[in-house]
Amino acid sequence: MWTFLARRIAATIPVLLVVAVLVFLMLRLTPGDPAAILAGDAATTEQIAAIRASLGLDRSLAAQFVIWFGNLLSGDLGQSFYFRMNVTTLIGQRLEPTLALATLTIVLAVAVAVPLGVLAAWRFGGWFDRALMGFSVLGFSIPVFVLAYILIYVVSLKLGWLPVQGYQRLENGVLPFLRHLILPSITLSIVYIALIARVTRASVLEALGEDYIRTARAKGLPELRVLVHHALANAAVPIATVIGIGVALLIGGVVVTESVYAIPGLGRLTVDAVLARDFPTIQGVILFFSFAYVMVNLLVDLSYVFFDPRIRY
Amino acid sequence: MNATDIDALSVEHAAVRRQAGAWERVRKNWSVRIGGVAMAFLLLVALAAPWLGTVDPTLFDAASRDLRPGETGEITTLDGETLEHRFVMGSDSFGRDIFSRVVYGTRISLLVGFSSAVVALVFGILLGLSAGYLRRLDGPLMRVMDGVMAIPAILLAIALVALWKASLLTVIVAIAIPEIPRVTRLVRSLVLTIREEPYVEAAVALGTPTPKIMFGHILPNTIAPLLVQGTYICAAAILVEAILSFLGVGLPPDIPTWGNIMAEGRVQFIAYPHNVFFPGIFLAVTVLAVNILGDGLRDTLDPRMARRL
Amino acid sequence: MPSVARTLTLALLAAAGLAVTGLAPAQNDPKVLRIVPHSNLNILDPIWTTQYMARNHGYMIYDTLFGTDEKSQVKPQMVEAWTVSPDNRLWTFTLRPGLGFHDGAPVTGEDVIASIQRWGKRDAMGQKLMTFVDRMDSPTPQTFRIFLREACGFVLEALGKPSSNVPFIMPKRVAETPADKQIEDYVGSGPYVFRRDEFKPGDKAVYVKNAKYVPRKEPASGTAGGKVVYIDRVEWNLALRDAQAQVNALAKGEIDILERPAFESYEQLKKADGVALVNKDPLGFQYMGRFNHLQPPFNNQKIRQAALAAMSQEPFLRAQVGVKEFYRPCPSMFTCGTPYGSAKGSDIQSKSNMKKAQELLKASGYDGTPIVILKPTDLASIQKLPDVAAQLLRQAGFKVDLQAMDWNTVVTRRAKKDPPAQGGWNIFLTAWVAPDIWNPLTNAAVGAQGEKSWFGWPTDPEIEKLRDEFARATDEPKKKALAEAIQARAFEVATHAPLGEYVNPLAARKNVTGFVIGPGDIYWNLKKGDRGG
Repeated sequence: MWTFLARRIAATIPVLLVVAVLVFLMLRLTPGDPAAILAGDAATTEQIAAIRASLGLDRSLAAQFVIWFGNLLSGDLGQSFYFRMNVTTLIGQRLEPTLALATLTIVLAVAVAVPLGVLAAWRFGGWFDRALMGFSVLGFSIPVFVLAYILIYVVSLKLGWLPVQGYQRLENGVLPFLRHLILPSITLSIVYIALIARVTRASVLEALGEDYIRTARAKGLPELRVLVHHALANAAVPIATVIGIGVALLIGGVVVTESVYAIPGLGRLTVDAVLARDFPTIQGVILFFSFAYVMVNLLVDLSYVFFDPRIRY
Repeated sequence: MNATDIDALSVEHAAVRRQAGAWERVRKNWSVRIGGVAMAFLLLVALAAPWLGTVDPTLFDAASRDLRPGETGEITTLDGETLEHRFVMGSDSFGRDIFSRVVYGTRISLLVGFSSAVVALVFGILLGLSAGYLRRLDGPLMRVMDGVMAIPAILLAIALVALWKASLLTVIVAIAIPEIPRVTRLVRSLVLTIREEPYVEAAVALGTPTPKIMFGHILPNTIAPLLVQGTYICAAAILVEAILSFLGVGLPPDIPTWGNIMAEGRVQFIAYPHNVFFPGIFLAVTVLAVNILGDGLRDTLDPRMARRL
Repeated sequence: MPSVARTLTLALLAAAGLAVTGLAPAQNDPKVLRIVPHSNLNILDPIWTTQYMARNHGYMIYDTLFGTDEKSQVKPQMVEAWTVSPDNRLWTFTLRPGLGFHDGAPVTGEDVIASIQRWGKRDAMGQKLMTFVDRMDSPTPQTFRIFLREACGFVLEALGKPSSNVPFIMPKRVAETPADKQIEDYVGSGPYVFRRDEFKPGDKAVYVKNAKYVPRKEPASGTAGGKVVYIDRVEWNLALRDAQAQVNALAKGEIDILERPAFESYEQLKKADGVALVNKDPLGFQYMGRFNHLQPPFNNQKIRQAALAAMSQEPFLRAQVGVKEFYRPCPSMFTCGTPYGSAKGSDIQSKSNMKKAQELLKASGYDGTPIVILKPTDLASIQKLPDVAAQLLRQAGFKVDLQAMDWNTVVTRRAKKDPPAQGGWNIFLTAWVAPDIWNPLTNAAVGAQGEKSWFGWPTDPEIEKLRDEFARATDEPKKKALAEAIQARAFEVATHAPLGEYVNPLAARKNVTGFVIGPGDIYWNLKKGDRGG
């Protein structure tokens, strides 16, 4: 198993390398002088020249990449000229809100979707099954921001139960922290629930068609045990896969949700950075998110070992 | 972007089915019918836009701003003529007719959806065929595809639009690029499977040139799954365009797209919900229709998978 | 399994209970003022940039030698008393007692001189002032002197100018930072202290009361008078940028002040419980459309005049502001209702109509070159102006190319002198706060020194001659006459198109009182009632 682990981890390195190269090239593809773009519109010619020197823009593309990559490895993601601080520090500041939102969303989505999917598979063809399938397609089709506005209107404004916007750091108290996160998490989790419920239903359905289920039932085991211990457990691998893949979806949704709910996280940072043409920050955020996505998928792959003892590699 | 991955997993199996009777099954399937009719209707609306009681969607008159759906007001044309006009879906904060903007917006949304799907499919097919057929390209190509897939699609699209100027072409390409890896993967695995089929091996033994094998034997078997994948890409593209416009990094605001109309209307969503409501409904219905169509196609082209997803 | 079910049910009930108790509304601290400013705060050097956010930040933590009150009169602030020599060439100032920086050091004449010099390198009016200045010195720590080469009519107006760039007084060591580099040290002598450790760009900026600040005895008025602080802490919410969310937050009491509501929000704000609109800046702002005098077709005066004739103010104001009681057309290039706001020479625009504009265009020999208008997509306060301009100019017979981009790109592009097809421009539109344009010296748009002037670069020796005379004039009637002459000539040359004036009242919870009347965004003197308001 350790060889499997080592090999899987090693497999992520070329992917990360490719991401780094792509992100590096993205900036160089722009029409215009990257040094001027990095320096910002109010920079003087001396400042632009200084940046050009530090980036080695007069050297070959390969040499430039080595310099940039070297900085990257030492944790230096550059200087944001719009926010006037280290990009790494900036990302560090914005990490907590996004992490909190994403985690709560995933927990909520899995907690709701998996039972729904199991139920739909158990009562395959029944009204619940059809309702869930219809609902899940709807969940894919409504844009996140429309959903957010509707929820804010009904829950925050009309009913007054929850705040309309904002984020409270965990250090200010668990209750305010949760209160501000409930609505954004629900908004974001709807698409995720639709996705996970579908896949859960499909894999549990397939598992339920297997012989060992008939055996378990014939043995007289209670239905709940059959469903959870036998069917769900065997369906776990595709479900874990989709949770991993769905993280990419989540990141996209986070960008919009943070905009509407005024949460100062990485998603908002991306939008602000794009509007300000703040390339160091754009690069930094994309690298960070890609890295996180690769790590999550690695964890999902590793979780297969836990779910499916046959996977030993 | 939404279900594309999951369904990509399943459609791989669809290819190796017989095509016999497939068209019959497709036509009879209810999802295909509903989705197809809805799409045809929207296409009609898009094409017939100038004749549906619309005015130039960029015309505005400050005297007619923020009218509720159904109210009448004035519109001044560029020649200086003032017409009386019934604002069926109300007017926005400029005084522009929302109905006209939504109808013309159908054109853009369908165009973006369709074009992004085509671009993604074309490049995906070329790359997938190359990867599946040319051993030496396979490794590096798939690494690059993995890398592109590691970058979340929205971020990639936003960054690409920020780098070039915001135009229709930029947006289409920016939305298509994140979808290409999945199509490549799909085509590549299809190629690898079909290559092993006896009739392909026979063709190779007979000395058939590679392009003929690629386009004559392999490609036809990929049409069904690619069609299904294409519909999902189309649905995702329409949604992504709306999100880009909402964030302010999409098409320029004077081009009426549903996303742009909602982006401008978000300022007064509570007071004048019609700005967001009407384009939102059109958007949801369109994406729903495309998704349903895709579901139906997948169900009919591979009944084994129908019960799965 | 039943035990599992039981555990699950208990857990769910516990969570629900937690949630319900958590549903109690959050505490609203009466000593903390939560403000949503009009934009993000990213530049903290109010001398380096003219950005209003930096200026507002400056007013929190710095103090000024003079201020401008609500009647547009210059009044002393840090200065206790001053004398002027009979020939107007020697100005001697004495500082008030008790002025100190946040780090404990007293404010001295040396600090003042260094600050004035740095400001004089960046600000247009400051640069003009410096051409009159021979030298400055500080004979005692409490006093400083300015020696002029010749009489100058605007020394106090310059030192007390309320808007960008404001000559804030900084410690000498900070003011010695080169003017083209941003400062890194935010120690000031103002009524608030900047909490640098709590500053999170794009998230929030925090200021706490400067307990050691000694305010003047007079009541606060504009940027003059006593800057008394009644609360402990001010938080600027930089994360809340969605206009609808801002309105919702204010309506629910999650924020106290919304600095510059979007015009579309006023309808909802008027109806919201516990929310009041405060018109604390009655002089407001003025919209302006600027021509590029270097590139065709607007290098032709007749074509500029035709465009000016087409761009009548009412359509712009109605489309952009919409709320009738908040806007008024103003035929002056200097703020209406202030000393130099006259209607002289404005007929070409104010007494025009579309037919006249069309005729003027035909007679000018316009050859159909398309006009590139820059349209910012992310600045709600001026977003609609370019569309109105495009529509009006098209009606007049111009060919228009409306190009959308974000404000950052507009700012970069308007600095380029290239032809529009190579990244240049023909028209851009913007807004100015009244003090920035209310006399011919601060008004950047009437400067006509060609490429040395503000973006647009008009050239007209006659205007420059009149502006020079204005700078030297010391009696009011002469200054008024000169201002009228400058304006008349500016309309003739069509330096730019003034597009009307408007106010943008702030919205606040009803329990916030004490708003200071005057230009800019002033946050001292405010009291917050105990209950949620």
